[in-house]
Amino acid sequence: MKSRVPITVAAAALVFFAGYAALFIAPDERTMHEIQRIFYFHLGSWAAMFTALTIAFIANIAWLVTRQPRWDWLGVSSVEVGVAACTAGLITGVLWGKPAWGIWWTWDPRLTTCFILWILYISYLILRGLIEEPQRRATLSAIFGIFAFLDAPLVYASNRLWVGQHPSPVIMGGKDSGLDPAMGRVLLVAVVTMTVMMLIVLVDRYRLERLRHELDELRLAAESGSSSPKPLAAKELL
Amino acid sequence: MSTARAAAIVLGKELRLEFRARELLTTTIVFALVIVVLFSFAFDPTAGESRRYGPGLLWIAFLFAGSLMLNPSFAREQSNSTLDALRMAPVSPFAILLGKMLANLIFLCLAEAILVPVFAVLYNISLTSVVAPLALVFVLGTLGLVITGTVFSAVAAHARMRELLLPLLLLPILAPLLIAAVETTASLFAENPALDRAWLAFLAGFDIVFLTASWLLSDFLLEE
Repeated sequence: MKSRVPITVAAAALVFFAGYAALFIAPDERTMHEIQRIFYFHLGSWAAMFTALTIAFIANIAWLVTRQPRWDWLGVSSVEVGVAACTAGLITGVLWGKPAWGIWWTWDPRLTTCFILWILYISYLILRGLIEEPQRRATLSAIFGIFAFLDAPLVYASNRLWVGQHPSPVIMGGKDSGLDPAMGRVLLVAVVTMTVMMLIVLVDRYRLERLRHELDELRLAAESGSSSPKPLAAKELL
Repeated sequence: MSTARAAAIVLGKELRLEFRARELLTTTIVFALVIVVLFSFAFDPTAGESRRYGPGLLWIAFLFAGSLMLNPSFAREQSNSTLDALRMAPVSPFAILLGKMLANLIFLCLAEAILVPVFAVLYNISLTSVVAPLALVFVLGTLGLVITGTVFSAVAAHARMRELLLPLLLLPILAPLLIAAVETTASLFAENPALDRAWLAFLAGFDIVFLTASWLLSDFLLEE
């Protein structure tokens, strides 16, 4: 992985630039002023989470169809990264909610949906930890992952129907909603930054999962006393 | 053999097994009853309060009872490796799953048919005028519970700590079902009961989504 260092440096530069843009370039918000500047990273976290969980959903289906271990590695890696992004989104949301709304938390459809998703994907990780056999673990957790992903729109729809009246979304919410163009550009930078960050971590996590898999194979080969163990592919990965 | 016939045979086997031992049904009913009784200490059970809290309370009790009751559905096939025997039969895996879902639906609906009247008596709610729509709501809600629950029972059967794992997997997935079931039940518990059709449609939608997913994934779920 020769390209790893430049990519990481570029991502770090992007993070600094996005932070600078959110704090100094973005215009002041009319009612919330400085507090609102957390919004860029808050929404960025959600963008990263949805990307990660969509990748997980695709990987889960791909595992069931193809049975290639790499889809299972991708599945667990993207769920872990997605849970991390979800945690960031929840924490920034709570921090923003207190000064902006006067409360830490409200059972708004979007908040509830993300919270339930967070619990569901943590359950996914717990489930994986409790099944020994690799093939079975991959298949059963993929099935659970597909169910969890299908549940997300239902959770959202049910909460939206249930609460009835809640503030409409600012972006794509209707004809009177929308962002200042400068805010939109900063938001785009923040969303791209968080998604790129997520993808870098995802790639690393994927590599770790692959190494673990190789280690298991090697250990198995060594224990069974096989005369022709697989060549050490781990070296080239590092 | 058609899927329907195979599912009917599995259903017959499950029912025979249960009605010979009767351990699952008795335990479930008593467990749900304990929850209902304990709630009366947590809330003031006057008629007005019961109308407000009753639907949520009942569904929470059934969700908990269901998440415990569904556990043996696949777990008890393991002690004598009887699931392997079932898999060897020349029927589709979905038929096995469907038979178990129907059996669980019957068990839970029976438990509910006993518990809802007891609840109405204990919490002073008159339900005689809404028996038919209430039955529909409970069947649709319980169907969603047993569809996801039976699938997850098969998932959890292969894991360690499966008794604890099944509620953990099942209860968050059921959040939308809980909201819809509580809202439809509340519309029937009100002073002037009127069935909330939008929520009823949502319940049916939940059932359809997850039944379709179970059908599509059943081959993978029950593979060797």
